Amino acid sequence: MPKTHKPEDVEKLKEGTIIRKDDKHSKMEVEVPEVKSTGDYNKTPVYIYYDWCKKCGICATFCPTGALGRRPDGAPYVPHPEKCTHCEMCDRLCPDFAITGAKR
Amino acid sequence: MKKISQKSIHKYLRHDKKFPHVWCPGCSNGIVLGAVIRAIAELGLKKDNIAMVSGIGCSSRMPVYADFNTLHSLHGRAIAYATGVKMYKPEMDVVVITGDGDATAIGGNHFIHAARRNIDLTVILINNNIYGMTGGQYSPTTPYGDKATTTPYGNIDPTFDICQLAIGAGATFVARTSAYHAIEAQSFIKQAFEHKGFSLVEVISACPVIYGRLNKKGDAPTMMKQMKENVIPVKQYEKLSAEAKADKITKGILMHDTDKKEYTEAYSELINSLNKPEEESNE
Repeated sequence: MPKTHKPEDVEKLKEGTIIRKDDKHSKMEVEVPEVKSTGDYNKTPVYIYYDWCKKCGICATFCPTGALGRRPDGAPYVPHPEKCTHCEMCDRLCPDFAITGAKR
Repeated sequence: MKKISQKSIHKYLRHDKKFPHVWCPGCSNGIVLGAVIRAIAELGLKKDNIAMVSGIGCSSRMPVYADFNTLHSLHGRAIAYATGVKMYKPEMDVVVITGDGDATAIGGNHFIHAARRNIDLTVILINNNIYGMTGGQYSPTTPYGDKATTTPYGNIDPTFDICQLAIGAGATFVARTSAYHAIEAQSFIKQAFEHKGFSLVEVISACPVIYGRLNKKGDAPTMMKQMKENVIPVKQYEKLSAEAKADKITKGILMHDTDKKEYTEAYSELINSLNKPEEESNE
């Protein structure tokens, strides 16, 4: 079940799924469900801009390898970073330009 | 197909506008905007040499977010404005973003006459089967029996086949694909840019919030899955039985004719031929 965390804890909790520092939600207490850690910022294969994401679920549904998953609130995260092949399917099908699986 | 990542897409977006954009969660318009930008980035066209014209509607909000020369015009009149831009500056790449209601109902005449003239416009028609922005009225492409806010007991109007309409009117490049087939959409839009003459790319799209909700089609991923199953190539469609054909939509390049004369070329030739005798008579 989702737990309530303070903004300082949010980034620590999400080591793999990046939450930007200028995220408007970081100014208040937000509900963030616990997710599996996916490594640090530079190693994450899929970058997600949570500011622009509308949680439609298209990226997670059409990820061909299953690298992407959905949190209980519908937002995507990366449960299996090792499965990502940088096919950029999520790039192409995201209507909000909020996710990129391109190689960095 | 060349891979163009989100990084290069962000170069073509207007970041001073309000993001995230106005479209509902799961709306295909963003996917089509991505495909258009990818096609332009792949061709390496200059931002200043592109004019993006649109009318009114969900899809017509697109030029607001794209960093080209943009024109947000009247409902249905996008092609009329684009014709003006093209006639004044024939060297410009004019792309029209329009919806099904915008192009075929309110701007139906502009659409068929631009196709008849074979003027070098690239029309990207996003077909979501409903008027989304104005509240969910039925459009000329709402399927038979489907509900809209103005047809609560089901629509009884037969539908338009927009691609066949364009071919009949004389368009020289006609292609259809869906938002799920985003790579193909990028390829078709690229070919439409390269083609000299009236080119139409119809993109079947999902409207999960209004059309999907009224007709119980499910959420955005479900509608995209249906699109994946229902939008099939022409060859595969022809093999099916008559019953199976009912729900299916063909995709692919349905018309590609390079012989027909382009309108702005014919116009400049006419102007040149009229100017010559005057010069001779002055001498």
